[in-house]
Amino acid sequence: MLRALNLEAQKCTGCLQCELACSYENEGVFNPARSRIKVFNFHDEGRFAPYTCTQCEQAWCLHACPVEAIVLNTATGAKEVIEDICVGCKVCTIACPFGTVNYNQASGKVIKCDLCGGDPWCAKACPTGAISYVDLDNTGLDRMRAWAQQSPAGPASYNTPRSPTTPADFTRQNG
Amino acid sequence: MAWTQNVLRVNLSSGETAKEALNMTWADSYLGQRGLASKYLAEEIDPAVDALSPDNKLIMVTGPLTGTMASTGGRYSVVTKSPLTGAIACSNSGGFIGAEIKMAGWDMIIFEGRADTPVYLYLENEKAELLPADDLWGKSVWEADERLHQKHQDPLIRIACVGRAAEQGNLYAGIINDLHRAAGRSGVGTVMASKNLKALVCRGTRGVGNLKDPLRFLQAVEQGKRVLAENAVTGQGLPQYGTQVLMNVINEMGALPTRNMQEVQFEGTHNISGEAMHEPRSSDGQPNLTTNAACFGCTIACGRIATLDKGHFTVENKPGYWGASGGLEYEAAWALGSDTCIDDLDALTYANFLCNEDGFDPISFGSTLAAAMELYEMGVITEQDTDGIELKFGSAQALTRTAELTARGEGFGKVLGLGSKRLCEKYGHPELSMTVKAQEFPAYDPRGIQGMGLAYATSNRGACHLRGYTVASEVLGIPEKTDPLVSEGKAELVKAFQDATAAVDSSGLCVFTTFAWTLDDIAPQIDAACEGDWSTEKLLEVGERIWNLERDFNLKAGLTGKDDTLPKRLRKDAAKSGPAKGMVSELDKMLPRYYEIRGWTPQGELTAATRQRLGL
Repeated sequence: MLRALNLEAQKCTGCLQCELACSYENEGVFNPARSRIKVFNFHDEGRFAPYTCTQCEQAWCLHACPVEAIVLNTATGAKEVIEDICVGCKVCTIACPFGTVNYNQASGKVIKCDLCGGDPWCAKACPTGAISYVDLDNTGLDRMRAWAQQSPAGPASYNTPRSPTTPADFTRQNG
Repeated sequence: MAWTQNVLRVNLSSGETAKEALNMTWADSYLGQRGLASKYLAEEIDPAVDALSPDNKLIMVTGPLTGTMASTGGRYSVVTKSPLTGAIACSNSGGFIGAEIKMAGWDMIIFEGRADTPVYLYLENEKAELLPADDLWGKSVWEADERLHQKHQDPLIRIACVGRAAEQGNLYAGIINDLHRAAGRSGVGTVMASKNLKALVCRGTRGVGNLKDPLRFLQAVEQGKRVLAENAVTGQGLPQYGTQVLMNVINEMGALPTRNMQEVQFEGTHNISGEAMHEPRSSDGQPNLTTNAACFGCTIACGRIATLDKGHFTVENKPGYWGASGGLEYEAAWALGSDTCIDDLDALTYANFLCNEDGFDPISFGSTLAAAMELYEMGVITEQDTDGIELKFGSAQALTRTAELTARGEGFGKVLGLGSKRLCEKYGHPELSMTVKAQEFPAYDPRGIQGMGLAYATSNRGACHLRGYTVASEVLGIPEKTDPLVSEGKAELVKAFQDATAAVDSSGLCVFTTFAWTLDDIAPQIDAACEGDWSTEKLLEVGERIWNLERDFNLKAGLTGKDDTLPKRLRKDAAKSGPAKGMVSELDKMLPRYYEIRGWTPQGELTAATRQRLGL
């Protein structure tokens, strides 16, 4: 079973444990500047959001690479940069619609999330469950379960649905 | 080895910057951050120096665990001589600037001298430049932060900055980083502004590595995170309510100073507590609290992010205050609210925004305002003194208008900006100043929590709850419960807390971890990261050494044992209500014993034997 990083922004506190874990696993130093996952702080809204590569099925970065330095890891589904082949042309950074492939001045190569070979450190480090590593086909399972819990209990209550809740209210309550 | 071993020395008079090697002998004796910078300061300046003269120095310093993955490992401190107290000042802040300094490759930055015209330091890894700040002078922290981000076209820079309060000589001005985290107490921002230094702008991309035993470090960090998550205070109370989890608790035990410490319980507590911040407002249906937020690397996330009601009288037609920003922590809610008898949550939050926007300490400000309100009630000061403001206890308008004036250092705000001691002396009533060593009290009444009286009286930076937080033991039972109304045994308790806290404050970690962690949880993290043998015993020894070094600095600065005291009100006027009703602070019973176990003379001076034992 393939897994995916499941990011739930409403649970994020902006602590950067994910960035620290990511940079340490990949670079051997604690260095958010070299993290493949980034946490954004929307200050005036009081909101944080982690963001990283979604491992697109038809990966723009992979197809754009002129030297085939980005390859599919069939065991994890990750699109991985082969450092020895990468020439640092940066075309993949242009091709990625989400900005999740970035150049690294220190190495002269590009860096992107590789799911840590199937054991992503960011998910392990996250203290609030804002980042989890779940069944690729069921990233919505937790949200479905939460909504299901809100649904009427049975025939007796079928005609008395609970008062409507907006998604925003919902995520706040459960976040 | 966790330390970068690099010190940046910035001579503001000459405009020169220089890189030096960290004194590793001192690092082994003082660890980092608070301890290590205090050692540097004590070695480099005459303690008797005028705090606002170019001869004073200002040190921004990280700890060895700053910038690592250790939970809460993002702290930095600012160490200097305080213009408020005349004692050594060490103000500690979270947010992200500390880790950024470390990521740029520096353990500490020593600022000396004074620039001819306003400047800021731009630090990008090895590159350190003093750049003109004429266009930033006279601007608030928030405006300067925005301009600096625009100028450098880099959203990832981190900024620590002083506001207009500091520029105008407010004696309790802090240094604000990341818009609403603060090296808040003792006027460290005032010193920074006196040097014509507006800001530190930092960007670090080198990272923190080279740990002694990385695998063991990661295991110790993981174990530490688990302890924090499973503890009721750090795992639930603080993330949900922030430090404001304490407001109702402390009120119920009759230790919530109210009405300039005339009383110990506040009837409006339920309107300004952590619980109240969650409740939807009747006006707009939204709660005051928007979310909790973490500082760098922190898995507790006690920070409050609040949003005001756009229709509240303080911000009507002021869209600049409609966005979310740093909300009320317990100390701010107490000082701005309980001590002044104001229970308008949004008014307190607005005043707190102003404290962040222009960099002044809400504890000292609220406490000074409470003293002014008492003077006003007595008829000692009138509306002629207060720019026409009716300075009544309970008046939200009085709070927010004086906060606006204090932020800009205008009119009566200039007087309030000198602190409670100078205010009360100016109007002939020094006994109304609720201060120790001229620094205002925090939010625990020493009549109802006896240990805190001794902790305040002997704190090396003036009244402070964070130098020896015996509340943990006396109220919360951490690490073990002691009776808050009993003074016996508190000398030992205070010393133990003071020494342990000095070590934690020198590590790069946040003292709030100690709601769950003991030094036995912290030592393995330091030991795995740092060269040397860092056991609990060594940390306690380092902590005690730091405490005595600070004390020694203060004695050389001209303070004496006579300054280890509390205002008469707390020693003579009994608590009027609650469990401590009828009690006064029994400081006199605790202090001699404290001196004795510290190894000090009956006058509070270090003995030769103590110096020798601690290597001072």
